[in-house]
Amino acid sequence: MGKHARHWVIWGAASALGAAYLGAALLVPGAKTPVWLRPAKVFFAPGEMSAGHRQIELACEACHTSPFAGRETLQEACVGCHGAELKEANDTHPRSKFTDPRNADRVAKLDAAECIACHVEHRPEITHDEGVTLPLGFCFVCHQDIAKERPSHAGMAYATCASAGCHNFHDNRALYEDYLLRFAAQPRQLEKPVLRPRALREAIEEIADYPRERYPFSSLAPADQDGGTHATPESTRDWLETAHARSGVNCSACHRPAVAGKEANKAAKKAIGEGPWIDRPGERACAACHADETKGFLAAKHGMRLAQGLAPMRPTDAHLPMRSDAHDKTLSCASCHSAHRFDTARAAVEACQGCHDDPHTRSYKDSPHYRLWLKERSGDALAGTGVSCASCHMPRVRARTPEGGSRTLVQHNQNDTLRPNEKMIRPACQSCHGLAFSIDALADSALVTRNFRGSPAVHIRSMDMARERAAEIERKRAAKSRGKSG
Amino acid sequence: MRTGKWKVVLAGAAFATAAPAALGQVSHKEMADALHAVMESDRTVYTRTVVNRLQNEEKVIKASEHFKDEKALPLPAQMFRFGAEMVAEKKPGFSYSLLSLWPINKQNAPKTAAEKTGLQAVVDKPTEAFYQEEMLGGKKYFTAVYADRAVSPACINCHNNHKDTPKTDFKLGSTMGGVVIRVPMK
Repeated sequence: MGKHARHWVIWGAASALGAAYLGAALLVPGAKTPVWLRPAKVFFAPGEMSAGHRQIELACEACHTSPFAGRETLQEACVGCHGAELKEANDTHPRSKFTDPRNADRVAKLDAAECIACHVEHRPEITHDEGVTLPLGFCFVCHQDIAKERPSHAGMAYATCASAGCHNFHDNRALYEDYLLRFAAQPRQLEKPVLRPRALREAIEEIADYPRERYPFSSLAPADQDGGTHATPESTRDWLETAHARSGVNCSACHRPAVAGKEANKAAKKAIGEGPWIDRPGERACAACHADETKGFLAAKHGMRLAQGLAPMRPTDAHLPMRSDAHDKTLSCASCHSAHRFDTARAAVEACQGCHDDPHTRSYKDSPHYRLWLKERSGDALAGTGVSCASCHMPRVRARTPEGGSRTLVQHNQNDTLRPNEKMIRPACQSCHGLAFSIDALADSALVTRNFRGSPAVHIRSMDMARERAAEIERKRAAKSRGKSG
Repeated sequence: MRTGKWKVVLAGAAFATAAPAALGQVSHKEMADALHAVMESDRTVYTRTVVNRLQNEEKVIKASEHFKDEKALPLPAQMFRFGAEMVAEKKPGFSYSLLSLWPINKQNAPKTAAEKTGLQAVVDKPTEAFYQEEMLGGKKYFTAVYADRAVSPACINCHNNHKDTPKTDFKLGSTMGGVVIRVPMK
């Protein structure tokens, strides 16, 4: 025993050190994880995360909010980020479908009351598109009577229900039968192709706790700027050209954001302009007035790391192809909306092209959409007729305000309409194009890759089938009433 | 001795029967009936004072299944279903739905034996509720089915002319389907 005592001590110390190292990974939140602790965190992950969550894999606590908690806690984490979007989408398969006792026999075969029933994380080997980890023919488990109810579906492959451009599991807002019939007659291009205009001024003016006393809505002159010694002639000149200066938003509004925790903040945003000067304000300064846009930004792949307190996303960390000269740029509001110009036209095209370097982005310059954008920018076409990256990927949508009204919002969650891409039809495509054409175009992945140069080579039969069924019902009705009267 | 023992047994049985009511406890049947009274009244108010009045009398707005897209009123059946879904989120134990032997949406056709029997029973005898115990997913439920009648012209006008209706000759006051309430039994 004495001979080997030293070995025991060394082994004990090494084990304790290893345990402490791994234990620290479990206790330290993702935001505070130093670089040398990261391998320990990844050690505990049973597999790589899906594409949607890969960016925040160090923030285990984002989903595993408490240790030893059950599936219900995991479910709450899913709903915390994705619940609002599903509700808005009029989820075709909400949780209530699976908790209803009358569906008990189907639930016994497939209980999809919880997200993780179909979207298991950390299992890259079984993960399909949209993070689905079930075999793709799962629809048939409940919908076994399809051939009887819809003879038109006879012969269709089991795994194609959700990938044929006809049905989505959750969001069918652009695909439901009556919608197809309603827009069956739309041509490829609508008579008045124009995007919904932005209306930020109206939305801002309606914010109840806007700091109107300190920043009344009026145009500011060079002499009014309150940046003091911090302002440079360049920054002042840039600021004067912006809507900020035209609307009474002075330097202090962003550079002296309200100090967190102050009692005054709770009453209103009155404390904006009182805090200490910050040279580079983060997204919280913007969020004071642009709360909805910031929320969208933080929800998706540009800002989800910031939302978890992690270091901001950089092109070098991305899995999509990015420009090599953009590798270490960090993503924030200002990276697209360069301060102090806040040029939204630049943010809509050049900002994207500054980092993204994939075939779709590279093809944009040769696309008909870009030609329209150039025309609009040069004044040769009306506002809203040009198509920028943002027109489709950050569309202008109708959103609810906290005061219970509605406003037009630029959707800063650029992942919101990406997958399945039929989600893009209503907010973007249908502003200018007919429904059938939009469905076909989005189903042609080669066309999407070359940024819509040319016509769709694919035809989705959903609208034809809807019309055939409606005509069949009409025929039967007419025959029945003829039979009655004849 | 024997009579004495039987007296005790009888007294005990009488107590067990009367005790729930006497002690203020509600039976499954009473709970289902009470829930139905509220559901039926709320939906009738909506159908008559909102849908029928504004759509058919004043003609200022339509009711439609796709009420958001068409800026229309939700259908009474949807108002009912949204309530049921919101109730389910609160996890109160009981559940309810609107079913029919002639559903527009096939998912609302009767599935379990109790539903099938019950829906037919309320068609045959609309003024009587139908009660049955059911085993679903390994749990026991007290299931009650109540006749759902066409309380307003709005009901039959829409259902008789709908693209997907299996029945086109509903009359005012006829039973169109049934409200099914399930209360879990311990």
